[in-house]
Amino acid sequence: MIKRALSYFLWAATAIVLTIWSSTSSFAQDSAKGEKLFTQNCASCHNVGEQKLIGPGLKGVDTRHDEAWLIKWIKNPAGMVASGDEAAVKLYDQFKPTMMTAFGSMSDDDIKSILAYIKEKNAAPEPTTGPTGGGGGQAVAAAAGDQSSGFFSVVLVALLVVMILMLAALLGILGVLNRLSSVDPNSPEAEKIPFFARLKENAGKLGNSPAFRTGALLLFVLLAGKATLDGMYGIGIHQGYAPKQPIAFSHKLHAGEYKIDCNYCHTGVNKGKQANIPSANICMNCHNSVKASSPEIQKIYRAIEKDQPIEWIRVHNLPDLAYFNHSQHVNVGGLQCQQCHGEVQTMEVIEQRSTLTMGWCIDCHRKTNVNSKDNKYYDKLVELHASKGVKEMKVADIGGLECSKCHY
Amino acid sequence: MENTTKRYWRGLEELRNDPEFVKNSHREFADASDITDGGGTYRRDFLKMLGFGVAAVSLAACEAPVKKVIPYLNKPVDVEPGVANYYASSFVDGGEYCSVLVKTREGRPIFIEGNPLSGISQGGVGTRVHASVLSLYDNEKLKEPHKGGKKTEWETLDKEVAAALAKSQNIRLVTGTVLSPTTKAVIEAFKAKYPSTVHVSYDPASAYGLTQVHGGQLPAFDFSKAKVIVSLDADFLGTWISPDEFAKQWAAGRKVSSGKGGNRQMSRHYDFSSIMSLTASNADYRGRLKPSQLGLVASTLLKLIGGSASTADVKVEFLEKAAKDLKAAAPGSTLVVSGSNDANVQAVVAEINKLLGNYGTTIAGTANYKQGNDDAFNTFATELKAGKVDAVIFYGANPVYNSPRGKEIAEALPNVKLSVSFADRAEETASLCQYIAPDSHFLESWGDAEPKPGYFSIIQPTISTIFNTRQAQSSLLTWAGQNGDFYEFLKKNWAATILKTNSKEAWNKAVYDGVFEPAKGTTPAAPSTTYDLLTALGKVSGTYRANSDKLEFIAYEKVGMGTGSQANNPWLQEFPDPISKACWDNYATLSQKTAEKLNVKQNDVVKLEIAGKEAIELPVLIQPGQVNDTVGVAIGYGRTKAGKAADGVGKNVFPWINATGADITVTPTGSTYKWGIAQTQTHNTVMARESVVQETVLAKYQENAQAGRFFPKVATSEGAKAPNDITLWNGHKKNNHSWGMVIDLNLCTGCGACVVACQSENNVPVVGRKEVVMRREMHWIRIDRYYSSVQPKEDESVFQELKTLELASENPEVVFQPMMCQHCSNAPCETVCPVLATTHSNEGLNQMTYNRCIGTRYCANNCPYKVRRFNWFKYFDEDQFPYHFNNDLGKMVINPEVTVRSRGVMEKCSFCVQRIQAGKLSAKRERRSLYANEVKAACSASCATGAIVFGDMNNPESDIFKILADEKEGRAFTMLEEINVLPQVNYLTKIRNKDEADAQAIHKGGHEKPKKEAHKHEKEHA
Repeated sequence: MIKRALSYFLWAATAIVLTIWSSTSSFAQDSAKGEKLFTQNCASCHNVGEQKLIGPGLKGVDTRHDEAWLIKWIKNPAGMVASGDEAAVKLYDQFKPTMMTAFGSMSDDDIKSILAYIKEKNAAPEPTTGPTGGGGGQAVAAAAGDQSSGFFSVVLVALLVVMILMLAALLGILGVLNRLSSVDPNSPEAEKIPFFARLKENAGKLGNSPAFRTGALLLFVLLAGKATLDGMYGIGIHQGYAPKQPIAFSHKLHAGEYKIDCNYCHTGVNKGKQANIPSANICMNCHNSVKASSPEIQKIYRAIEKDQPIEWIRVHNLPDLAYFNHSQHVNVGGLQCQQCHGEVQTMEVIEQRSTLTMGWCIDCHRKTNVNSKDNKYYDKLVELHASKGVKEMKVADIGGLECSKCHY
Repeated sequence: MENTTKRYWRGLEELRNDPEFVKNSHREFADASDITDGGGTYRRDFLKMLGFGVAAVSLAACEAPVKKVIPYLNKPVDVEPGVANYYASSFVDGGEYCSVLVKTREGRPIFIEGNPLSGISQGGVGTRVHASVLSLYDNEKLKEPHKGGKKTEWETLDKEVAAALAKSQNIRLVTGTVLSPTTKAVIEAFKAKYPSTVHVSYDPASAYGLTQVHGGQLPAFDFSKAKVIVSLDADFLGTWISPDEFAKQWAAGRKVSSGKGGNRQMSRHYDFSSIMSLTASNADYRGRLKPSQLGLVASTLLKLIGGSASTADVKVEFLEKAAKDLKAAAPGSTLVVSGSNDANVQAVVAEINKLLGNYGTTIAGTANYKQGNDDAFNTFATELKAGKVDAVIFYGANPVYNSPRGKEIAEALPNVKLSVSFADRAEETASLCQYIAPDSHFLESWGDAEPKPGYFSIIQPTISTIFNTRQAQSSLLTWAGQNGDFYEFLKKNWAATILKTNSKEAWNKAVYDGVFEPAKGTTPAAPSTTYDLLTALGKVSGTYRANSDKLEFIAYEKVGMGTGSQANNPWLQEFPDPISKACWDNYATLSQKTAEKLNVKQNDVVKLEIAGKEAIELPVLIQPGQVNDTVGVAIGYGRTKAGKAADGVGKNVFPWINATGADITVTPTGSTYKWGIAQTQTHNTVMARESVVQETVLAKYQENAQAGRFFPKVATSEGAKAPNDITLWNGHKKNNHSWGMVIDLNLCTGCGACVVACQSENNVPVVGRKEVVMRREMHWIRIDRYYSSVQPKEDESVFQELKTLELASENPEVVFQPMMCQHCSNAPCETVCPVLATTHSNEGLNQMTYNRCIGTRYCANNCPYKVRRFNWFKYFDEDQFPYHFNNDLGKMVINPEVTVRSRGVMEKCSFCVQRIQAGKLSAKRERRSLYANEVKAACSASCATGAIVFGDMNNPESDIFKILADEKEGRAFTMLEEINVLPQVNYLTKIRNKDEADAQAIHKGGHEKPKKEAHKHEKEHA
């Protein structure tokens, strides 16, 4: 009972933490569009302070150039250099051969908010930044999930202990009964027989008892059956799979310490089915100059020289019969990467954290609310659902458990 | 349908009630033991396999195989793995043309869609166009240039060919029709370097007769403007000149709507033909003629509409009626076409059209589809034979196989000093040439096309060359001593002569759109005619016979195979012919009466002999509707060097192609064709159920939009009730989307483009002839072809069964009905699945979950429409299916969005659920609701006539919603309404533009029921 109460408490605590976290983070998001854009697009090459990375540190950039120039530059740096703009050429000479990536699709407002963020950041004392991709909150959620499965194990172990105790008790009773029936305990013979001999004799008798034999056999079959079933359920589940990759790439360093946005490398995550393993040219955006002499980075150079793509080992494998689309979950559903992939930002070697079984998928579809906010596609569904008088619209409520959502 | 005396039948087996047919019609799956080659499994083999299986499974379970993931080294900007890209291009095969959008995934083309921007194909895609994507991945193409049958290098070949050309005096460049203006410029450049070059072009299916009477130009037709269409043996809906384009125009004049103010007028279509073609089967009135009568039928028609001719008259059913209608129609609102390749017949037809004022209206402008010159080709063959040709180059031409003089050319070729072929494989002609400089597939090439003057189209590569091949244009330019970069040549030529600007934007737009059509929207002038009517009539009189009781030969073209250029394409081989429903063969078609006369049966092998030609042996296929005393054989078969799928399938009748109408002798050989011809139509029967096909005639439809509809009632204790009123089912709610289909039987020509489109989109395997004979074809969509004929009185049929059979199959009417999973709301398959592998979605889909299916096949047995298919084998893995699925190259055509099904599971039409999901996802990503007609199924997207409309029946903006709103109280019906399964597919009744008087014979007084039917219903009502 205490354990159950404890688990309720844990769940409640988790829920409260989650609610608080999500509300604060959504509030923070609104006020810091520039920060988000900066981390997503700029942070991989620029420090917000004075430090030089691939490109110059951006402290005081607004005093070095005027805003109109900056907007033009960010949208099309190569064009400006080609057009012979004095400041642009000077800047290029300073950092060549690296040319800044063009952000043609960024709106003027976006750029202005980034500039505002840089200014604000340098004016304010050193602030604490949120984790990349909202890892912290999700880590709590993941921990809660672990907690529940841990709780289940505890119950199982407890049950097993109880059963063993009961077995011992039953055996004891059986021994007593045997003794009562075979030898008068009060007779002198009984006293004479040494304890071990008696135990041996009793054990032999026990072995001959058909009831005991059947029981033991049954127990064995049941245990073996359970072990086999557990083993079979485990076939194809590679939770914890963390193979050695051809290049010792560390997510902990890139995503954790440098806080490079996941999207920067996994470019397909908002657009299509695959999140995409980055192509070597994405690595080269930074490693053109960063740590160029490291033996691991040299491997990328060699691949490019030999014109041979890098063969990474695939960690997350879904069977071909299951259709999964990243953009549905990340772009539309608004999920964080960590929800399925675990705290990637702490992983030195990437590993599979979730089971990736159908039960795991379905479980989440049952629990998760549809991210229908500001998405006209869901308007009709929300309306229909609201008419039923139920407040929350789970994925399962709009057909999220139907076979042909994933199997076709 | 209920109140007619019509009888519907799908094959003669059904009409005759053959024991074999009856046996199989009651069984969903054929008895497999019929044709297996003995053998079987033995106990020891079984144990060995079992042991191995257990070992393999336990090994596999120990450790999962390591899977690699290989990203791009340098990712192209516009390629996102997992996201499809579409490129506009053009399908061109000789004179066949279609503007297309090529769907590519990770840089490999996997599907071909129509390009709606094209003013010519307007988004329609034909069977061969769809199938061409598979021809790209043909493993039997040449992988590098060849010299004397051995591999060589391009440099060696270029050097030797250029040197040999420099020494040659009489160079011949033999091609099919060249639609590309830039290729013509290349040929001019080549000619400039080698002035002795003569460019000879010919068409395997020639229309030289037609071009001859129009000053060497092919006239362009517009069937949409014609109120009365008369076809004299021109299969314009199936194979003649540009069938997809014509079908679209034809459909424009046949579309009716029951809505308020909807069009209730249709063009009237007469067909006079020898064999049962697609056009014949879609005509309102069909008359039969023998090929030896064709010319005189044309001249008789000329006389009937008021022209003068001194030729003999021929009596053909409905000819006078056709003439009356032609005369009655306003001038310029009719069209008479003839498929004859005889210039004299075409002259008579041109005269008819002139008299009817059709030049300038329904015949306007010219087209480039057929540029072959039979006379020039004959001269070439004669010169080649006489040793007067020093060098010959074949481009898009395989005359050894597909010309009437193939044998002579084959004999002469080894004596020519230089012979080069651009063929993609060592086919019949190329294998006799010294050099083969393999041309790239159109999906690997740059190019252009001008199907009609002022309608330009771009071909752009969608994949880099798979093998070491080179475009023929580059080769010609190289040999002409110019820069071999054809892309630059093309751009320059377009800037100079087509776009008439150097602007990069204009070029980019043309490439992006795929088409550049300055002539679109203009009405071209009437084509000029050049003929002398009197001479033509004189020749017609001499050539044709008013009556003949001799057995005559007919060479015809099949809708799927065409002229056989893509014969090694297993999709096309397994595509059931729309009429005969036979695949993997050609055969000798005979009418029932002729077969009786010759004393042969279906599948008997007969020897066909024409004087002066090599005899061939073929199995007999009895074809209802074919004119008596004729033997029809399809061209495009009998390839010998095309590859595994094509070689040895059928017999080649190109040597006989000009012998149509010639006397032929047919002698039974006494043997029967092994396994029989693989015909699919009587497979998957719908048993003796009513209300399958519903049709009426125009006059009745104009009175009552529900004419021809059948309203079944079920007898209950409270009287007769509609089936849905006494349902046992709870039904499924479809609140958000409700995906459905409307199929207009009046627009479906039965061409079958949807069948191949579906095969391409959904990874449907090819099973081969033997498996088809065992009734195991896998197509998800089939086109049911029903013949119908007036049922004779019951007592007569008992005594004169044979007579009945002959009468019924003399000239039946035909209905085509596309049939795929109907996605029933009360699905019988779902209730019987023991493992819930087939379930219902809240969007109206009947979902099939392959990984859940254990293959009990209960669902297929319980399906009233017989649309479920069972995977008997691992078609993608087993050696007995040596088709594209079985090699790594062929597997590249697989659509990664659709699971490749394994052995032992059921499959069926999914309404292209992958397209639905993709459409919904892109709407969600863009934070919007779905556009009205955003999602299209593969079949509906490919349909040239717009007969299949797919969409969300809950969206009031969608086409399907609008059509159903108009037709709910009109033509819309669901199939087998009496069993109340509530399909998501609605059909619209077929309307024939027949006079009510002619319909009377069929409808027999409207409400009078045939004895048997009436009796049955009395019982139900009791």
